Amino acid sequence: MRSFDELEATIGALQADPDASAAALSLLRISEEVLEHWVTARGQEPTMEEREGFRLLALHRQGATKEPSFNACRETCREIVYHYNLLHLQPDHEETTDRVEMMKMISSHLLLFVSGKMQVAELGEFCCSSKPIRLNSNNDSEVNREP
Amino acid sequence: MTKKDKYQKVAYYPGCALEGTGHSYNRSTKAVGKKLGLDLVEVKNWNCCGAMEVKNIDPKIQTYLSSRVMSVAANEMDMDVVMAPCNGCYHNLKKAEYDLKNDEDSVAVVDKLSKKAGHKTYESGQVETIHALDWIKETIGEDGLRERVKNSLQGIKIANYYGCMYTRPRHIFPEKDQGPGSESTSKPHFMDDLLAAAGAENVEFPLKTACCGGAHTLSDSDTSTKLVLNILKAAKLAGAEVIATECPTCHSGLEMHQIRAAEVFGEKVEIKILYFTQLLGLALGLKPRKVGVHENVSDSMGFLKEKGLA
Repeated sequence: MRSFDELEATIGALQADPDASAAALSLLRISEEVLEHWVTARGQEPTMEEREGFRLLALHRQGATKEPSFNACRETCREIVYHYNLLHLQPDHEETTDRVEMMKMISSHLLLFVSGKMQVAELGEFCCSSKPIRLNSNNDSEVNREP
Repeated sequence: MTKKDKYQKVAYYPGCALEGTGHSYNRSTKAVGKKLGLDLVEVKNWNCCGAMEVKNIDPKIQTYLSSRVMSVAANEMDMDVVMAPCNGCYHNLKKAEYDLKNDEDSVAVVDKLSKKAGHKTYESGQVETIHALDWIKETIGEDGLRERVKNSLQGIKIANYYGCMYTRPRHIFPEKDQGPGSESTSKPHFMDDLLAAAGAENVEFPLKTACCGGAHTLSDSDTSTKLVLNILKAAKLAGAEVIATECPTCHSGLEMHQIRAAEVFGEKVEIKILYFTQLLGLALGLKPRKVGVHENVSDSMGFLKEKGLA
């Protein structure tokens, strides 16, 4: 797996020309690698399965299991898939250059979100009420520990 | 009773942010409510919703704090709807409602603390918590807004940014994703609908629910700035001149990191950031000061004048 820095640099260097479809595929693969980092860091083998035809969505599902805060990038993953489809199915569309640029930004957002969560321990704990939801409801509240 | 009738008079819970960095959101929400003939009654002696800090130390204390706000509205003010414009407050009250309906331990802790604090224990279902978007959408709606618009937002291209807490996690928002007319958790559209009714042209914005880095702003400012920069640039690329917000944390994050991005990374993105209530207020004929445009960090006056809204 390439490092986050390498992936960020690769996203920055991608161009729509000459092959927008290839650029879209590269961005999709980079996004999969980003999620592979997350899944691997949690001690799991990144899945090779697909959901709705995309491994990225299966990796997101795997990464979000018992980690609700990871759902904060659910729509980002779906937007990456959507833009991949746009570029793959309409490579010669008049907005292709902008679409590639937009997909780069969305992929970059995923990378920043995931790398941020991994770089600083517990970064992201605040997101989406993640901690209270993950806590077992039987966990004792401070209140119940009062004398 | 229909929502249209039920939401005409609501208990207003501004929360801490709207008394500080989000004051223009407070001002514009009240001004728009008044202009539309809707009745806001501020929750008496309201307290912090538990925000993020308390929740991460002891989630049940957060449940209690949010429950107290709902208890005051229900038991001391005889209200059945609480309207919270802040995504954090809205989210926390909804979460408390969910916990009190589904978790006996939370009920026990809330009961114990409520008795200790000397007020009635909130019981799940006593009030309905709604967002400012629900409030305007259900009472006035798009048709009602169209009829009341004095200064159309026509010609203004807007990227609607909802942030993450308005729709996540899904299970605490059982009223969403209920088909036509309801809000969507994956592609929220209430703000789009209202601003379009006021004449604005909404752009296709793929990062409308993406993380703004708000919670990371102190622990990792550079990541927050880069996340915001991405949002600003994506909105600009989508053709937007304005990012409309409905959360004080997102709004101040976008404004602050817009400045920081220019200073730290040398990337200046020219795009205006305004609360949706400010835009609606202007469309309804209110003056910029009435909706607190002067209280925003970023200066939008030149832009608004150019668009005939100031």
